[in-house]
Amino acid sequence: MNNKTVLLMALLLALMPSLAMAESARDNYHTYCIQCHGMQGNGMGVNIRDMSVQPRDHTDTKTMSGRSDDELFKVIKEGGLSISKSVLMPPWGGTFTDNEIHDLVKYLRTLCKCKYGG
Amino acid sequence: MSEVICKAIHGDRFSGLFSRDFAWEHGVMCRLSIFFVAAISCLFSPPLHAGETGKSILNSRCVSCHNLKGPAPVTLAALWKRKGPDLFYAGNKYKHDWLVSWLQKPERIRPAGMFYRDHIKPGPKHDVVDASTLKPHVSLNKRDATAVADALMTFKANSNLVASEKLIPAPTPIGEMMFDKIYGCMACHQIEPGYGGMSGSEAYTAGKRLQASFMLSYIKNPQAWDPKIWMPNKHVPADNIQQLVNYLIDLSKEDFSDEQ
Ligand code: HEC
Ligand code: HEC
Repeated sequence: MNNKTVLLMALLLALMPSLAMAESARDNYHTYCIQCHGMQGNGMGVNIRDMSVQPRDHTDTKTMSGRSDDELFKVIKEGGLSISKSVLMPPWGGTFTDNEIHDLVKYLRTLCKCKYGG
Repeated sequence: MSEVICKAIHGDRFSGLFSRDFAWEHGVMCRLSIFFVAAISCLFSPPLHAGETGKSILNSRCVSCHNLKGPAPVTLAALWKRKGPDLFYAGNKYKHDWLVSWLQKPERIRPAGMFYRDHIKPGPKHDVVDASTLKPHVSLNKRDATAVADALMTFKANSNLVASEKLIPAPTPIGEMMFDKIYGCMACHQIEPGYGGMSGSEAYTAGKRLQASFMLSYIKNPQAWDPKIWMPNKHVPADNIQQLVNYLIDLSKEDFSDEQ
């Protein structure tokens, strides 16, 4: 195999998983997150009536800007308990790839119209 | 035809040993009895026949909403299009007797329908189910329901996922606490009519509907059954999965008929 072929194959391999499975953050959010965080991302999901702790309102600029991107990544991947929050926020590491979670963090920043610290 | 069968059973010995009349009479009796045996077996032992009826009903009346061949959706686009639960692993999921009765008298299992997002709307306090978008399920008569259930039980995809799953029945004093507080399963599942989450199937009938080995396996790794499903893998340790499933089975024995 010459260098070019190796390079091409590496490139294909790198592209393949993303081609095969990356879903847009918006689509993921509106499939998995809105059941609790609500169709409008305001924390008013169809599941919340009997919950002891209410889901985060993702449009709440003040609270959301208090969370770093790393924290948001961690709470999506490992669940509420990983940042000392409610078990009702599940770990989604078995559902999303790390890349999809990074995209979701960016998507959350558009919902709150905020970034960490302001 | 029956002549040949009678000869084959009795040979020619009657003609030699007894009078011709007796032989003739016996020949008639034999033919008659074969006729009756054939008629009775058509009436009472139709497994092969029913299996075919079941499959043809599934392929004509059910396949438009239910995936009978697999695989489960691996993209969101396919997930959103799914109109009914996948049935290609039905034989490893449902209890036969439950299928027979539910198919005759189907009652809602998923309070917000197949894909909850298609059946919710914003409400005054939170999003609510828009019941007007939910349709009743087709029902079958007893004969067809039995035939379909028999056929469904032969759909054995994913046997590898249940092969090593075995429930050890045990009392579950903290089962409900686990389901509700410790693992937060109630966020999506109702543990009695009108109490719990809406985006998952009702939990209080799961023990009636589902095989224990399926529940053990599904809770361990929902994505192994249904890669894009919106139930997360909560990484519950095996011992606690046992407790959760024992709890679901006990729960399903309670009588909820007077509620809601
Ligand atoms: C119009 C679409 C549609 C058709 C046609 C249809 N089903 Fe269904 N089926 C559904 C939906 C939606 C559900 C989920 C119902 C619920 O959760 O309350 C369902 C649920 C079921 C279930 C329960 C499975 C589970 O996991 O909850 C069985 C069994 C079933 N259908 C069998 C059949 C059979 C057999 C036929 C054909 C005679 C059929 N269905 C035709 C849409 C359909
Ligand atoms: C975020 C929502 C959510 C959470 C949290 C959740 N589930 Fe589920 N669960 C679902 C959905 C959605 C399904 C799939 C229903 C279907 O097949 O249509 C499901 C299916 C199941 C099934 C199979 C039921 C059936 O009717 O086919 C069992 C058993 C189950 N869940 C148990 C649990 C347990 C135990 C927990 C807690 C450890 C849990 N679930 C947490 C959403 C959830």
